[in-house]
Amino acid sequence: MVEMVYYYDGSFDGFLCCIFESYANKEILTAIYRDEDDIPTLFASRSISTDKSHANRVLRKVVKCSTCAAELLQKGFLTCLPEKELHLYHMVVKLLKEGPSFLRNVSDDTLHPVFAAVRHLHGEAHLLKGFVRFSELGGVLGSEIEPKNRVLPLLRSHFCTRYQGETFFIYDKTHKEALFYAAGRAVIRPLEDFQMAAPDETEAHYRVLWKRFYDTIAIKERENPRCRMTNMPKRYWNTMTEFQSEDYFKPQSSPAAGPALSAPDGISVPATPPAPGLSAPASSP
Amino acid sequence: MDVLEKLSILTDAAKYDAACTSSGGDRTAKKGYIGNTSASLAGCCHSFSADGRCVTLLKVLMTNCCVYDCKYCVNRRSNDTRRTAFTPEELADLTINFYRRNYIEGLFLSSGVLRSPDYTMELMIKSLRLLREKYRFNGYIHAKAIPGAAPELVEQLGLLADRLSVNIELPSESALKTLAPDKTKGAILAPMRQIQVRNQENKEELVKYRHAPKFAPAGQSTQLIVGATADTDFQILRLTQGLYDRYRLKRVFFSAYVPVVEHALLPAKNVKPPLLREHRLYQADWLLRFYKFRAEELLDESNPSFDTRVDPKCSWALAHLDFFPVEVNTADYETLLRVPGIGIVSARRILTARRVGPLHIDDLKKLGVVMKRAQYFLTASGRVADGLRFTPDSLLHNLIAVEQPLLPQQDMVQLSLFDSAG
Ligand code: SF4
Repeated sequence: MVEMVYYYDGSFDGFLCCIFESYANKEILTAIYRDEDDIPTLFASRSISTDKSHANRVLRKVVKCSTCAAELLQKGFLTCLPEKELHLYHMVVKLLKEGPSFLRNVSDDTLHPVFAAVRHLHGEAHLLKGFVRFSELGGVLGSEIEPKNRVLPLLRSHFCTRYQGETFFIYDKTHKEALFYAAGRAVIRPLEDFQMAAPDETEAHYRVLWKRFYDTIAIKERENPRCRMTNMPKRYWNTMTEFQSEDYFKPQSSPAAGPALSAPDGISVPATPPAPGLSAPASSP
Repeated sequence: MDVLEKLSILTDAAKYDAACTSSGGDRTAKKGYIGNTSASLAGCCHSFSADGRCVTLLKVLMTNCCVYDCKYCVNRRSNDTRRTAFTPEELADLTINFYRRNYIEGLFLSSGVLRSPDYTMELMIKSLRLLREKYRFNGYIHAKAIPGAAPELVEQLGLLADRLSVNIELPSESALKTLAPDKTKGAILAPMRQIQVRNQENKEELVKYRHAPKFAPAGQSTQLIVGATADTDFQILRLTQGLYDRYRLKRVFFSAYVPVVEHALLPAKNVKPPLLREHRLYQADWLLRFYKFRAEELLDESNPSFDTRVDPKCSWALAHLDFFPVEVNTADYETLLRVPGIGIVSARRILTARRVGPLHIDDLKKLGVVMKRAQYFLTASGRVADGLRFTPDSLLHNLIAVEQPLLPQQDMVQLSLFDSAG
């Protein structure tokens, strides 16, 4: 067995192929980097190309050993755990060598970092189920989030069930991808850039109403900024209606409004979900 | 008056109600309807207000007009305040538009008594019906039943709402007589009993006919005001326990009384709301509901108030040192739950993890045990944490130190530090 550094394309399948190749070549991985991260190494390295059938074989093997491990593998890949690939690789190696019993012991050294990261992912997704804010623009509900983990796959079924009759999208600014939903179909696609349009009269009206409700519901005698911050860390406030500055509440037509941005017209076609690589929601060049 | 102004007035008048949770609801999505309520213990907070409380529901009154004169209430008829009422259309429109933007999980509708309890309930029913039928709203609704309203109206309300509540507010009958002269114990308890009985019947109906209409499927709750009267923690906790036992309530909420009026029978306006008491009551309530504690284990006649310095579970442990240490590798679930620093989740994890092999002290933290508290009360494979030495005195001190930063409010910390020095 020789030690080796692998490079892959950043996709989940690509990562599974790293595991596949490490077994095929009898190599022990000391690091797994994404091509785009462009990290130079002094150690022996190999670039892995993605092969869907190899990826499937790895996943099937893991599912056969333990469905719980398979879930950790898939979800672990969505987390912001530093060197998540290496941690997940170690988990799979241990699983194939020793069987799944270590998965029941959360304090296990190989499992614990992955478990904690997945818990963080779930926690963030849970918070965002509440903190996501939609704006209505021409019949479409749109929102932006800035999560640390890639939460869209976890938010998908929640919002698709809740708003089954609506057309909506959620743009993840951090990972530059978006969840689109229309007419019963949902897709998650990369989206390089996106600017939310300014509100029309109706949208501005409900924003104002919500802000008023939010400001009124607090009991002055009980004010407690620390408690609010613990429950709702500041990093979420950026995309929440109740914490926006005055301009956010001014309708587009009002003279004081800033330069009007185009509405996300690409996805206002209700019948068809936006095609991959779409020009929709007004991606600015 | 425009909707914005109405919203301000009717939110301001509703904000003292503590209940704001969608938990216990399980309304799966329906075709052609908007919304669902997922059953999760934690519920779903959509925001947190400046006082640190979770904002889940659009919490408003139908109207703040009231023919009653409860002394502790901002809406009492003798109070000089601006009055207004939503129309059912305005309320339904607000709810649905807030819901679509994911501002809220649903509606919490309460009300002052306009003209009569029946008239008020009819207004509320009309709003909810509009929301459910015209707007096809399938999200969460919590509605307050107005004491004194006809049973048929309670029935109708229950068929539209997920949860019903009747607020008891004052923990004793004598307090009720002096502070809420228009209300009687009977008028409050009657709808509570009706809701409980109907809920039970409905469960049986649903077993027989899967499509039977649901009556308040998320059960009922109530609220008790803390600190407006001389009632002790023990009285309040025992009442709470009785409500869980006898009325099968899903939740009892506590609301620290915020003085809104000068009245000889009430605390003066400059008295701060007793937030620490409220906090301790919630902790104890949690122990009743999930940890199988009984009120009498935590407090009694000779010891009727919670310790301000440590939480009720620690307090119990300190009074029962002979129960400890607990060996985590052999103790059963109930025993594990008695250890301060071990919660429901970590107790379950311990049970699963120890099947793989014996647990050591170092494993416990990773299983979610709060060792800063738990270390004094447990052993793992017969061993305690490295270098752990303590006397009953230092134990109390250490536990107080752990508790301080966790208290919900800064001025409580000073208060309790002061107490512990004495
Ligand atoms: S009946 Fe309700 S709203 Fe009216 S005064 Fe009493 S507590 Fe206030």
